[in-house]
Amino acid sequence: MEVLIASAIGVLSAAGIYLILRQRSFPVIIGMTFLSYAVNVFLFAMGRLTVDRPPIISSGAAAYADPLPQALVLTAIVISFGMTALIVVLALRGYLETGSDRVDEGIPKLPEPAEERLTS
Amino acid sequence: MSSWIVAPIILPAMAAALLLLLRRSPNLQRQVSLAATALLCLSSIRVFMLAIEGDVLSYRLGDWPAPFGIVLVLDRLSATMVLLSGVLSSAVMLHAIRGWDEKGHHFHPLFQFQLMGINGAFLTGDVFNLFVFFEVMLIASYGLLLHGGGPRRLGAGFQYVAINLLGSTLFLFAVGIIYGVTGTLNMADLAGKVSQVAAGDAALLRTGALLLFLVFALKAALVPLHWWLPTAYAAAPAPVAALFAIMTKVGAYAIIRVFTLVFGAEGGAAAFIAAPWILPAALTTLAIGAIGVLASRVLVDLVCFAVVWSMGSLLVAVSLFDARSLTAALYYTLHSTLIGGALFLLSDLIACRRGRWRDDLEPSPVMANAAILGGLFFLAAIAMSGLPPLSGFIGKLMILDATRGSDSAGWIWSVVLATSLLVIIGFSRAGTMLFWKSEAVAGTLAPPAPARVASLAPAAVLILGTALLSLGAGPVTRHLEATAQQLVTPRSYMDAVLGGLAEAQRATEVR
Repeated sequence: MEVLIASAIGVLSAAGIYLILRQRSFPVIIGMTFLSYAVNVFLFAMGRLTVDRPPIISSGAAAYADPLPQALVLTAIVISFGMTALIVVLALRGYLETGSDRVDEGIPKLPEPAEERLTS
Repeated sequence: MSSWIVAPIILPAMAAALLLLLRRSPNLQRQVSLAATALLCLSSIRVFMLAIEGDVLSYRLGDWPAPFGIVLVLDRLSATMVLLSGVLSSAVMLHAIRGWDEKGHHFHPLFQFQLMGINGAFLTGDVFNLFVFFEVMLIASYGLLLHGGGPRRLGAGFQYVAINLLGSTLFLFAVGIIYGVTGTLNMADLAGKVSQVAAGDAALLRTGALLLFLVFALKAALVPLHWWLPTAYAAAPAPVAALFAIMTKVGAYAIIRVFTLVFGAEGGAAAFIAAPWILPAALTTLAIGAIGVLASRVLVDLVCFAVVWSMGSLLVAVSLFDARSLTAALYYTLHSTLIGGALFLLSDLIACRRGRWRDDLEPSPVMANAAILGGLFFLAAIAMSGLPPLSGFIGKLMILDATRGSDSAGWIWSVVLATSLLVIIGFSRAGTMLFWKSEAVAGTLAPPAPARVASLAPAAVLILGTALLSLGAGPVTRHLEATAQQLVTPRSYMDAVLGGLAEAQRATEVR
């Protein structure tokens, strides 16, 4: 089981990092997602891998799994899920407004509309 | 009285929820937000008064005992940083309510959530909780960066979000590794346990510590992880950029906190692990920042690179990790946050007075309020580039003095002084271009920008802050010396958090 989990984390991270280094926004987002999957499994494994052990107190349990990493993973999943949704929206809006989905282009210093600037 | 500690986090959180309910009435929303920021400033003063009594105080959330529950810890360092964020955010709020807040939706709730994240990161005593507050701060900052919209912000926003998501993932890897080898995430508990890590796990611990350093260095814009900063800050709305001046300091704060408390002198296999990496990176940051200042063609870019440059000076001092250099680093932190915020506000004030020239460094017809604005810019430039008599000079002097005995003093002195010269040249060229060469340009700006002197007040307040920092340098330095002393002797921090448990641990160590 250890070998399986470890190689899964490795493959997910490698694929994630490769995709993050691509130049279009869609592969970058997929890469982020892979990397956040990898970190979730990794956090989970840091509580040590056990089978059939309850994480919360129950009568008749001889041994327990570490509950803390499971709580950490929940928090991490919620945050990474929300952030993925945000970056998808950002990439879409950016594509619609600039007509390009390349992430490595210099940010154009577009003339902002007159009302954009504060007039005080 | 230690329940005051939670006030700087609770106040903005409740204000943000209230502000969301008030979104239909912008005027009321503005007043409530202003009042909440003022209250936050007052409560941070109260918290600061508690901390300077000398004891480290802890607040147990949910009243769970220390290594199991999450604690907030108030010592002199966190109190100073909370006070700094209170002062900066009040001035920024005064600037924002003059019109910027109406350029998009939900400015005020996001602003309060940002303050909650920043103050939480300063106060928390738990590594995973630090991650959560980093996320609160970052999520709010994504919204604030995009405030007002436009293709430029969307492009910059995507890069900013992507790099910070990557940083968060690395943070989680680091947290996972550290939890895996020590079995705790409470900073005070970690400080006791990292020295007892088994020899076989030492490499893992060092990896975790360096990954953590990488994440904080990304937030602190340390070269080569600084490339996101000029793009993001230059695209952000001016008051947001001014507030972001403290976000880089959150990174510096986290480096100081974790690498003195946990991976400091008693860090076992990972003692002072970050120190050899910080110094070369900080010196490169100084060089890149100064070159960027010289190369900028737009005032706001120049300010961004000046902020990068000031992070370099700050971290040069941090890299030595002794009481004197930490004092210098903390003084420089106070100075560079205030002056960074002031410069972002000034560049906005200049841009909105120059019509189509905006803040490009080209001569334009004379802008409104040129005399007062020029005077303020002159003072801010003096302070930022480190000329006497303002606080930049004192801070730089303290850094140079503290690094005198170091092995690499030659490198530090030559790089700090040479880059200071470059920054002085950059700022004087910008000021000449904006204010003096404009005198020779005929014609008037069309349409003439309305020019109310009152709009300069927030920037003037921040510059006054740096002036006070130089006038009161004696008492401020004495306070910061006590702060640094507290940092290099983490025992009081551990005792405050763990109470009797730390004593028991020490007893077993002795036996």
